[in-house]
Amino acid sequence: MTTPAAVIDPEPQARGRRRNRRQNYTTPLTRGSRASRIGITVFLGGAAFLWIIPLAWTIYTSLRPIDYFKDHSYFSIGGTYDFQNYVDAFEQAQLLKFFANSAIITIPAVILTLLLASLAAFKLSRVAWKYNVPLLILFTAGNLLPQQVLATPLFQMAKHTPLPETISDSGSFINTYYVVIAVNVAFQLGFCTFVMSNYMKALPVELTEAAQVDGAGIWKQYWKIVLPLCRPALAALATLEVIWIYNDFFWALLLVQKGDRLPITSGLNNLNGQFAQNYNLLAAGALMSALPVLIVYLVLQKHFKAGLTLGANKG
Amino acid sequence: MTGSTPIAPPAPRGGAPAAPAKPVEIVEVKGKLKKLSTTDKVVIGLMIGIPTLIEAVLVWFPAVASIVLSFGNWNGVGSLARIQWIGVTNYQNIFEVDPNFWPAVQHNVLWLVFLAVVATPLGVFLAVLLDRETPGSKLFQSVFFLPVIFSLALIGVIWQLMFSPEQGLVNGVLGTDIDWFGDSGINLWAALIASSWKHVGYIMILYLAGLKGVDPSLREAAALDGANNRQTFFRVVFPAMKPINIVVVVITVIEALRAFDIVFIINKGNNGLQLLSTMIYTNSGAAARVGYASALAVILLVIALVPIVTYLSQAFKEENR
Repeated sequence: MTTPAAVIDPEPQARGRRRNRRQNYTTPLTRGSRASRIGITVFLGGAAFLWIIPLAWTIYTSLRPIDYFKDHSYFSIGGTYDFQNYVDAFEQAQLLKFFANSAIITIPAVILTLLLASLAAFKLSRVAWKYNVPLLILFTAGNLLPQQVLATPLFQMAKHTPLPETISDSGSFINTYYVVIAVNVAFQLGFCTFVMSNYMKALPVELTEAAQVDGAGIWKQYWKIVLPLCRPALAALATLEVIWIYNDFFWALLLVQKGDRLPITSGLNNLNGQFAQNYNLLAAGALMSALPVLIVYLVLQKHFKAGLTLGANKG
Repeated sequence: MTGSTPIAPPAPRGGAPAAPAKPVEIVEVKGKLKKLSTTDKVVIGLMIGIPTLIEAVLVWFPAVASIVLSFGNWNGVGSLARIQWIGVTNYQNIFEVDPNFWPAVQHNVLWLVFLAVVATPLGVFLAVLLDRETPGSKLFQSVFFLPVIFSLALIGVIWQLMFSPEQGLVNGVLGTDIDWFGDSGINLWAALIASSWKHVGYIMILYLAGLKGVDPSLREAAALDGANNRQTFFRVVFPAMKPINIVVVVITVIEALRAFDIVFIINKGNNGLQLLSTMIYTNSGAAARVGYASALAVILLVIALVPIVTYLSQAFKEENR
């Protein structure tokens, strides 16, 4: 829009039009007639009902023993409802191991991504250099590439880079957690660097200038001054990255060929084969795989949504 | 939202009295910057060097290697010296021989068109309605958003339960016995519905944030001029959201090109569900047709560059000006 909003100052005229309506600037001025508002509510309610059905059906299936389904129909009501499928799936599919694999990959990957991204972002946003922008573009573009573009060379690199047998039983990076962590870090680095550098750019220059005059070195400026101020952005990114890296399917599938080393998301593929005859078990196992992200999301909802839009609002 | 405010260029600092002193100070500091201590230079070098090295080795080197390897024939065994350089033969085989390639391209295009024409507008529409804050909108918003946090693999499994021929809810409700994920004539559509379940919520939340970020006085001004809701949206709000509109378009295109997980969970990308991404996977890992898989990757890369360049030129517009 061409009109700078600040020039208009809507206050005096607008107040009269608001009548009895609560108005706090974040809600649209025209809220529509009563009838249209009811129409919208009904439509949204209907859509939300449709939306929840797949999840509700999965939960319902997971709570029912397969034998009851077989005797009656799959759409039967009544009979037994319990958590036996969860117990069985947990034991039969060795979910604990998959969860542990996910933790082994996700936790270091998220910490490393945020640390490295904030380091790069500090340099790119607060220490002048003529190549800052091109480099930042290179980081950002890297995250936008489809994973599959990198897949073949990465697989060969992992296969042909030797590791001592004491560290890796494959003698290379294939089948190791290291390579999955490294590739996840590299791939997410671009997005986090982009977001962090935007955030750091907006911090007043005086902060580090003053510290510099007082004799603080670059490291001190980064670690003691800028990083603590970036806490909101770090929290938002951390929440987002935990969910994204935990949800990663492709990298682990490509680089880990031993079934018992897979993180749970990629392990779902094995579960899918294992429980092909028992959808009730599959439903329970699949739902359990989502528990960690569900908990992260419920606890840190605010940060998660903030994170999603951190990168998007630039422009 | 948190991102929108800090991103604005730092406001002119200091009140009137302090202002004259400021520029001098900055020049001084810039002068000092050139005289960085050795420690600082090392710190800065490592600070940017390590992340750049990781990004270069694990992202950009493989991307370029894909291009180089696409002109060769190698089964991944032994040293690189055993590669036979065969020119554009891989590409010729892809375009002329491979029975999966053109279906895969078609499916990728269909994937893109469906997300762009059905799923994305639906997400935008939901966001516009939710933005009106009618009763229950917070609850509905959470419901639409929930699939966004699930992995695509999990979404594949959930929809398998919906679409199963005998035990699935869809057939149960419709009274049909269609094999939604097995029938090669319709499984792409079933996969698209499953995929949209997540995509719609993602677009919705991005757009909702965008809507909240539009200066409310713009709407007020439009309302004062007598514009109705539709006019206000299309003539005032929508143009004001250009940055977010571009992000939404780019995300849609990139998601369509990246589509993999759901299809792989369903049938590993066979029988009506071929995509460029699944073809690359089947040719790259254990099959080790390195050159061939790389050539497919290059084709995907070339297509992906269009949205990537669009997005970057938008995102870095200010810096380049």
